[in-house]
Amino acid sequence: MPWDFRPDIPIYTQLIDQIQRQMVTGQLAPGDRLPSVRDLATQAGVNPNTMQRALTELERRSLVYSQRTSGRFVTEDGTVIQKLKEDTARTQVRDFLAGMAQLGLTLDEILTLIQTEGEPI
Amino acid sequence: MSILECRGLVKRFGATPALSGVDLTIQPGRIVGLLGPNGSGKSTLIKLANGLLVPTAGEILVDGKAPGRESHAAVSYLPERNSLPLWMTVQQLQDFYTDFFPDFRADRCRDMLARLELQPDMKLKHLSKGNREKVQLILAMSRDAKLYLLDEPIGGVDPAARDYILDTIIRNYNPEASVIISTHLIADVENVLDEVVFIDRGQIFFQSSVDQIREEKGKSVDALFREVYRC
Repeated sequence: MPWDFRPDIPIYTQLIDQIQRQMVTGQLAPGDRLPSVRDLATQAGVNPNTMQRALTELERRSLVYSQRTSGRFVTEDGTVIQKLKEDTARTQVRDFLAGMAQLGLTLDEILTLIQTEGEPI
Repeated sequence: MSILECRGLVKRFGATPALSGVDLTIQPGRIVGLLGPNGSGKSTLIKLANGLLVPTAGEILVDGKAPGRESHAAVSYLPERNSLPLWMTVQQLQDFYTDFFPDFRADRCRDMLARLELQPDMKLKHLSKGNREKVQLILAMSRDAKLYLLDEPIGGVDPAARDYILDTIIRNYNPEASVIISTHLIADVENVLDEVVFIDRGQIFFQSSVDQIREEKGKSVDALFREVYRC
């Protein structure tokens, strides 16, 4: 999968975001084994310590867990992933609404727009 | 213990100062970018760490020892310019390194060369510039050193060769060793670095982690560099 980094924000937060996205979209399924830190760092083209830092944070958020001998896994707790999905959706809606507010649209106008544009889905 | 330690390090060439009072500590397990414009003292610092130059004043310690026979064994150096005999084949170079360095891992070297699809009987002089750089880096990274000193490892190679070189550095990461990469092509190496050291006119004026710079300043190391060194 492609990794893409912006230059103006810390790399480790972008790693967290992108791994979380893979969990939400199902590219990484509950219980999946993650590649080693070195392999993940090589794939993403980033420093291994930075990757380690991102994984530690994902562990702290209970999204991944490590087993001493066999490596790191995506959580099997579906509710944690569900919550992550809801949080991600909420953030995207907030960003969207902020953009619409900049254009000067009212909530009614936005809702109408969503209904017409959303029909094909 | 730190891998590299400089205290009040001074190097003058005649009356010309190259380094004027460098204090620097590099911890193990780090990939460090030594960044500065041309003539800022990057190569001088690297050559001092490798024992190719002798300090005018001050102290430099590699793995706790002054550069010499013992520290040489712990340092793997990739010079800025090709230093290998051009008439040698890839295989001969590998044998040469095996004879010279007890910490050389021929199996690791073979694996990396195989991924490049280079024939062992090819002569260095018949390789493209990019492949020549790659072979030199592979030889340097195939040693189990404590300190890797890479002087401009990505200078003048195409983007694919650059990716291969950075990939090789990440793959060979060892938490016990440190890698110092001197370059002015910052945007290219930024993502693989733990920390950066800014050097200018023989002095270090800034040392920070890459993510700390992004966090505190909201900009890339490359953008910061351009700002700091603007003429």
